Amino acid sequence: MQLDDLYRQVIMDHYQHPRNRGTLDEGAISVDLRNPSCGDEIKLQLLVDGGVVKDVRFLGSGCSISMASASMMTEAIKGKPLEEAVQLAHTFRAMMRGEDVDLDQLGELEALQGVRKFPARIKCATLAWQALERAASAPEGGRVEDETFGD
Amino acid sequence: MNAEELRKDFPILSERINGHRLVYLDNAATSQKPRQVIDAVVRYYEHDNSNVHRGVHTLGSRATEAYEAARERVARFIRARSPQEVVFTRGTTESLNMIAHGYARAKLREGDEIVLPPSEHHSNLIPWQQAARATGATLRYLPLQPDGTIRLEDVEAAVTDRTKIVAIAHVSNVLGTVNPVREIAEIAHRHGAIIVVDGAQSVPHMPTDVVAMDCDFLAFSGHKMLGPTGIGVLYGKAELLAEMEPTYFGGEMIDVVDLYESTWKEAPWKFEGGTPIIAGAIGLAAAMDYLDRVGMAEIERHDAALAAKAVERLAEIDGVTIFGPPPGQSRAGLVTFNLGRVHPHDLATVLDARGVAIRAGHHCAQPLMRLFNVPATARASFYLYNTEEDVDALVDAVLEAKEFFGHAIG
Repeated sequence: MQLDDLYRQVIMDHYQHPRNRGTLDEGAISVDLRNPSCGDEIKLQLLVDGGVVKDVRFLGSGCSISMASASMMTEAIKGKPLEEAVQLAHTFRAMMRGEDVDLDQLGELEALQGVRKFPARIKCATLAWQALERAASAPEGGRVEDETFGD
Repeated sequence: MNAEELRKDFPILSERINGHRLVYLDNAATSQKPRQVIDAVVRYYEHDNSNVHRGVHTLGSRATEAYEAARERVARFIRARSPQEVVFTRGTTESLNMIAHGYARAKLREGDEIVLPPSEHHSNLIPWQQAARATGATLRYLPLQPDGTIRLEDVEAAVTDRTKIVAIAHVSNVLGTVNPVREIAEIAHRHGAIIVVDGAQSVPHMPTDVVAMDCDFLAFSGHKMLGPTGIGVLYGKAELLAEMEPTYFGGEMIDVVDLYESTWKEAPWKFEGGTPIIAGAIGLAAAMDYLDRVGMAEIERHDAALAAKAVERLAEIDGVTIFGPPPGQSRAGLVTFNLGRVHPHDLATVLDARGVAIRAGHHCAQPLMRLFNVPATARASFYLYNTEEDVDALVDAVLEAKEFFGHAIG
């Protein structure tokens, strides 16, 4: 087991310098999601306009993997049509399940592939993506609060 | 006692984990099993397996005898007055829920109080929340000192004639503090209250004497004391068990069943509806034989000495925070800590890569995590098969984690 497979440099960089950390004003879709088994939590906010993710922010506490994954996700989906963002979430989760996916589509996110070798940590990597999927199914300007996920 | 020798009895300890010797320091979550316990369970299934308390065939008698002998073994282990004060359950959680359901709900009235510390495991907290909600009783929390200890004067102040139940862990699963349950029992009884002791972290690690402790109920789990999973114990004073209502109804627990009404057997059998956990009870009895052969007082000293050494050495590492009693102060065989801003999950992953198994998370004590203002902590917990070498491996792995995350999380 190689720790460097898990803690790739790009992951540590996002953990240390999270992108799009903060909150958005009124009008954003907001999702609070917790993983009750480990205590990780995230608040994800999306500003969707005309079906496009105009802006995205997150707050949360958790391990390096969960926070880095959230940060990397926000970079990946900002400016994308919401539908594409959801598609990306599906692809990302498929990668974490060990399915064959088009890695080109994932870009930098491919770095999180190493988490697969650490089964106990997969949920850490998918927390933000689950929040994204829930946000996408919420009405614009809606709130999904205090949910927990199992997987 | 010689931990190196004892290790040979535990087949799992020769597992290699990620290329390293297994350093198992998650004993507060569950313990490993010696060959003697595994063999006892296998022997039962290979030679005696049958249902108990019914049927007149030979195997039925053998199984019943073994199951009831296990109850006597447990009674001896905790020095109960009678085996009939020992109810077999699925574990501590079930035992505590049975008390909250079958005893507390019938006794509690609006305005009554349940006194407990905020450091309790969720399983000695939520059943009381639920009982309070159902009856109009209220929860009253004892203050904790910064080192996690509870002062008797605070117990004196909190326990009044309104108090009906005091619920407390003998040993905190996070803080490692040993609560003065005997003195607290005395205070509770003076006010006509009963005391419910969560023994999940104490019964496996120290001599237990329910009569000397004068607890009214004691709950503990078999799997944390070398026994199988799925078996636990609810001890209750005979007169309280007699008053207490069963939680489950069905086969095995009945006296006379009519179309519209039924009556129960006496305790403990009225609490053991359905086919009981026979193999589990037999495995638990074998575990108690093993523990008593080693000596519970010896085990207590051994675990506490390893934890004391771990606390002392971890505290020397710049950036490590110790929760619970500081170095030099008495504590049970576990240590909860954090390394700077390194998340405990990350810490546990790095340790696991070195074969060191610890627990990372909220330890089923979310209110306590909030008091500490941390989302999670790391915990190393010791048992009779751990050695000083294990403490060294823990400390080395924490130093390695510090090195690993140092560049990223200054």
